[in-house]
Parts: sequence; structure tokens; C-alpha cells
Amino acid sequence: MANYSDKSQTTRHTGRLLGIYASGFAAFVILMAILEQIGMSAKWIGFVFILTPLAVYAGIGILTRTLKIHEFYVAGRRITALRTGMASAGDWITGATFLSLAGSLFMLGYDGLAFILGLTGGYVLIAVFIAPFLRKYGAFTLPDFFAARYGGFPARLVGVGILASCSFILVVAQIRGAGLVAERFLDIPYNWGVILALVSVLICSMLGGMRAVTWTLIAQYIVLMVAYIIPILVLSVQFTSLPVPQIMYGQALEQIQSIEQNMIDTGLAGAASFQPYLQPFTHMSPLNFVALVFCFMLGTAGLPHILTRYFTTTSVRETRLSVGWSLVFVMLLLVTAPAYAAFVKLEIYQSVIGSAIVDLPDWIYTWGSVDKVSICGMAASSMDAVLNACQTQGTTVVRYDDFVMAKDVVVLAAPEIARLPFVIVALLGAGVLAATLSSANSLLLVIANSFSFDLYYKLVDRKAPSSRRLVVARTILVLTGLVATYYSVTLLPNDILKLVAWSFSLAAAGNFPALVLGIWWKRSSKFGAVLGMIAGFSTTLFYLIAYQYYDVIWLGIEDLGAGLFGVPVGFAVIIGVSYLSPEPTKGMKEFVDELRTPRGNLITDMEQERRHELAGKS
Amino acid sequence: MAITLKGGYWARTRQLMWAALFLWFVLSFTIPLFAVPLNNLTFIGFPISYYFAAQGSVFGFIFLIFWHAARQDKIDREFGVSEDN
Repeated sequence: MANYSDKSQTTRHTGRLLGIYASGFAAFVILMAILEQIGMSAKWIGFVFILTPLAVYAGIGILTRTLKIHEFYVAGRRITALRTGMASAGDWITGATFLSLAGSLFMLGYDGLAFILGLTGGYVLIAVFIAPFLRKYGAFTLPDFFAARYGGFPARLVGVGILASCSFILVVAQIRGAGLVAERFLDIPYNWGVILALVSVLICSMLGGMRAVTWTLIAQYIVLMVAYIIPILVLSVQFTSLPVPQIMYGQALEQIQSIEQNMIDTGLAGAASFQPYLQPFTHMSPLNFVALVFCFMLGTAGLPHILTRYFTTTSVRETRLSVGWSLVFVMLLLVTAPAYAAFVKLEIYQSVIGSAIVDLPDWIYTWGSVDKVSICGMAASSMDAVLNACQTQGTTVVRYDDFVMAKDVVVLAAPEIARLPFVIVALLGAGVLAATLSSANSLLLVIANSFSFDLYYKLVDRKAPSSRRLVVARTILVLTGLVATYYSVTLLPNDILKLVAWSFSLAAAGNFPALVLGIWWKRSSKFGAVLGMIAGFSTTLFYLIAYQYYDVIWLGIEDLGAGLFGVPVGFAVIIGVSYLSPEPTKGMKEFVDELRTPRGNLITDMEQERRHELAGKS
Repeated sequence: MAITLKGGYWARTRQLMWAALFLWFVLSFTIPLFAVPLNNLTFIGFPISYYFAAQGSVFGFIFLIFWHAARQDKIDREFGVSEDN
């Protein structure tokens, strides 16, 4: 705590900066609204709304750039609990969550709530089992911890492999999302959108490393949260006259239920095929529901880019609190998503289903013309198209089964349903982009840091001075970004949500057992851990591939819950092999004791001192 | 001094961990169990089980994390292993 006064000064300073930033953002939105009123075209508003925040994020990256190893890897361990929480939430809320979570709830009804449970509960595991201890160790990267606890090279290598594969799958999903946003809001080709997104991500993370990424994440969290809240606030006022969507959608749910009953009575929905919105387990069996919750939670607690955030806090106690704050900030978005689903559902029940085709609201055609809404089996591009399509089916009224809508429209169409100006649509675009970039940013950084630290520095060149290590880190960052971009442009994997779920299951099975046992069970040995990590990870990967490409299915579990097989295998192998292999040394047991004691210096501190001296000399 | 107290410290920490784990399990996995029977009861318009999965559990998780942090902090102080004494 030698630099305590330093820290509080920085804190005050940055607190003021955050205030200026937030009010500047509000002023920007208002200015754009005025410009729209006096006739600025939608295309230009879209451009300004996407490019201005990008410039701001890059600017933050340049202002907070750093050449110090400590700052580049763990932001100097000076980030307070509240800010770590906000950054972690920015990190956690991906473009897929922003766009498709409400859509999944819209389509799956009760079953969609598995995502909400799964995306939140993991934080409890992080706070209780993992983060405070990793902070005490003082790791730069997750594989670094595995190497220290499980005896070096093999554990480090396996750790890097797991980290790289689950983070990389997530990066590809993010960059794809960013490309789609740019395509939709800037009207530029998908490939160019992807490249634009990549460049802005790289500027930020390449220059400033972890410190820049932390501050950018906070900036992006504010943008995405404001963008998410405004349309639903207005919708809530329009439907219920109170601006508290998170509570008022209860009323919408009630109306939905009575309208559904009515639809069955009047024959608008076929009684046999109809699945009531709030009926549990219509899309997922209870077992699949539980499996999904389980995998998402343990995946949260095993994903390297999430755990890395808690390396940057000021103390062990702050780490525990910062996990709580993360969940508070994540919660703000997650409890709002079901409100989107409910209000949009109600709007559709009230003014689409059962309406004559000539009376359909305009937003149907906006989204029908980009093939996101179809009625009577055809894209609803115009009223004539819908009339023609439905004529062949012999109806002039839209029935329940005639109407199909893409998931991501639920959030994107909300401003139009609420008849808000285009500025709000553009704001939503900026929000999606912020959500996407924030995750892509820290994922790329976590991969690059691990490659440069764990592979290059630890295995290739132990004497590398800090300047060379930073050059390596940045080169790897750019390379990873390019490879991920290549994959997101060429390979078009079916579904972003699927990629996300795969990554969670792999992280849960590969990392979670070894982390928890390494801290909580002294007997776990290096052979056990290395074999257990490999076994858990491969079991999950095997099931994912078998399910996806060879139609294998075990116990009726879908791929979203694949970790349900891998996690127990991981635990069992670590425990079994540990009992069969030699007990960890006395030194290792003391290491674990040290890990469990919040008081005292970071375990890695001594080593770092030495490194700094070396770096100073060269 | 810290070393002689270590056994007690870790036992208490572990106890707290099991309590937190139990509460986490209840909040995470027992709610879907009651989804079907509780679906007809409503609370400000929400079916009860829907409300708990959509909001109740999330608030529960937040409360649980801060509660755990406070209890752990108390244990840390009691055994003199907290960071500022």
C-alpha cells in the first residue's frame, strides 16, 4: 500500500473523467436527435452513431497506452471493485446476449429463462471458489496459475490450449456479430464491416493492453446499457404508463395469457400445436434446462477472459466485492431482456395476429424486406407480397402459425414499434457494437497475453526484456485478430448462440475442475490435473462434434449442455489419478496454504521484482 | 501467529463455502423443479416460477455474493489474516 495516496488521486481523477464521459455521451445523443429533426438523413445518422463511439474507444486506447509490463498484463492491479465490476459486465455482455437473449426468451418462453439463470449464477462460483485465490497468487494469465500449482510445463501447455480454443470460438462469434451490425447500420458489405471492427479493436488493445481495455470496457458498458434501456423504457410507458419495464412486464404477461386463451377459442391458433408462452418445458426437457444452466454457470467460472478481470483489482477483499458488482451490472441488462420479449410479444398479439393484412403495422414491412419477418411462408416485404402469399393459403387474417420472426428483431424492432425517431435505432446499433467490441477486445487480449507470456516468455525466451515481450504480445494480438477475422468471414457457423454455448461447455469441463481442486484440495497432483483437464475437455469436444456432425445423442442432452458429461469426467479423473500418483510435495502444500491466506504479498511478487530488475538492466 | 491458527481459519472458510454452495444450488436448480406446479400462482402479474427464474434468483445470487464477502471478511479479521492488520 505504498502508493495509497497515488491511488486515491487517480481514483478521483478518473471518477471525474467518467462523469464527463457519461454527460458527453448524453449530449451527443440529444444533439443527434436535434439534427434528425432538422433533416439529417438516416444514413448519416447511422454513420455518425457508429463511427463516433469507435473513435472514442480508440482514443481511450491511445490515452491509456502503456509500455509497462504490469500495466499491459494486469492494469497495474489498481482497478477498484466498482470499476472492475463495470468492466467485467461490459466484457460479459456480448453482442449475442444484447441481440439474441430477448429473442430467445421471445421464442422459448419460460425455457429461455435457463439463459438468465446460467449467465448469472456462475458469478457466485467465481466469488466463492476461484477469484480471490487467483488474485492472491498474482497471476498474469490463467495458464500461469496452472503451471505454478501443477508443476510447470505440461499444465501450462494444456492451460494455453484450453484458453485458446474456448476464447477463439467466442472471438469468431463476436467479430461475426460486429460485421452484421456494420452491414445493417452502415450499409457497407459484411466483409468491410468485419475489417472495420477488427481495426478499432486492435488499436485499443494493442496500444494499451489490459489498462486500456479496462477503461474501454467501462466506456462500452455505459453505451450499451443506455442503448438497451431507452427503447424498452418508452415501450413500457406506452403499454402500461409506468417507466419500469422490469416490473411492469408482469402485466404484459397476464395479457399475453388471456389473449392466448382467446386465440385458441377463436381458432386463430391450432389448439393441438399451440405452445403457451409461459408453459415450462415446451422447447426443452427439464433435464436439458438444468444441463444448460449448469454448463453456463461453470463455463462462466472457467472462462479465462472473465477470470482475468479479477487479476486487476487492488486487493483480495476488493476482488470478492468486485465479483458482486459485476453481477449487479450484468443484472441490469439481464432482468430487462424478458421485458423486451414480453412487450414485443404483446404488440404482436395485439396488432399482428388476428389482424387483417391491410391493417398490419409498418415495422413488419421494414423487417420483412430484409427477410427477418415472414407471413404465410413468404418474406413480408410489402403489403402486396403478404396479400398474395396469404391468398394461396386462403386467409385475409394473420393466424398464429402464419407469422414467423427472426430472433434478433425483438430488440432491433422495439424503437419502431414504440414509434421512436431513427436516432434511437442508431443508438441501438451503437449499443450492439459496444457489446460486441467489448467482448472481442478482451478475448483477443487474453489470447495474445497468454501466447506471449506463457509460450514465448516462459518457454522460448526466458531472458526477453519487457520491450521485446510487448512487441511479441502485440504481434500475436494482430495475428489472432486476423485469423479470427478470416474464420468469421469464410466459415459461417450456423448460429452465434451455438458458438457461445460450445465455448462455455469447453471452458467448464477443461478449466473448472482443475481450478477448484487446485485451490480447495491439497492432494490434487500434477498428473491428476493435467490428465483431468485433457479428459474433461476432450469428452466435451467429442460430444459436441458427435452431436453436431454424426447425430449422436446421449441421455437426450443437446449440445448446449455438453459440459454435463465433460465436467464430471474432469473431476473424476483429477481425483482418481491424484490418489494413484505421488502426493504433492511439502512445498506445494505450503504454496496452497499461502494461496488461502489473503494477508501478505502476492506470491508472484518476488519473481516480478527480479523481472523488473532484468528489464531495467537491458 | 497466523500459522498456528491456520487450521481453524480454513475450517471456518470451508464451512462458509459449503453454506454458499448449498444456497447457490437451491437458487440455481430447485426452481425449475417447481416450475410446473407453481405456474398458476401469480405475483404482480408474473407466474411465481417465472418471476423467480427471471429475477428472484438473480437478486438472490447478488445477495449471496455480498453476504459471503462480508462473512469471509469477518473470518479473515478474526484470525488476523485480513490484508490490513
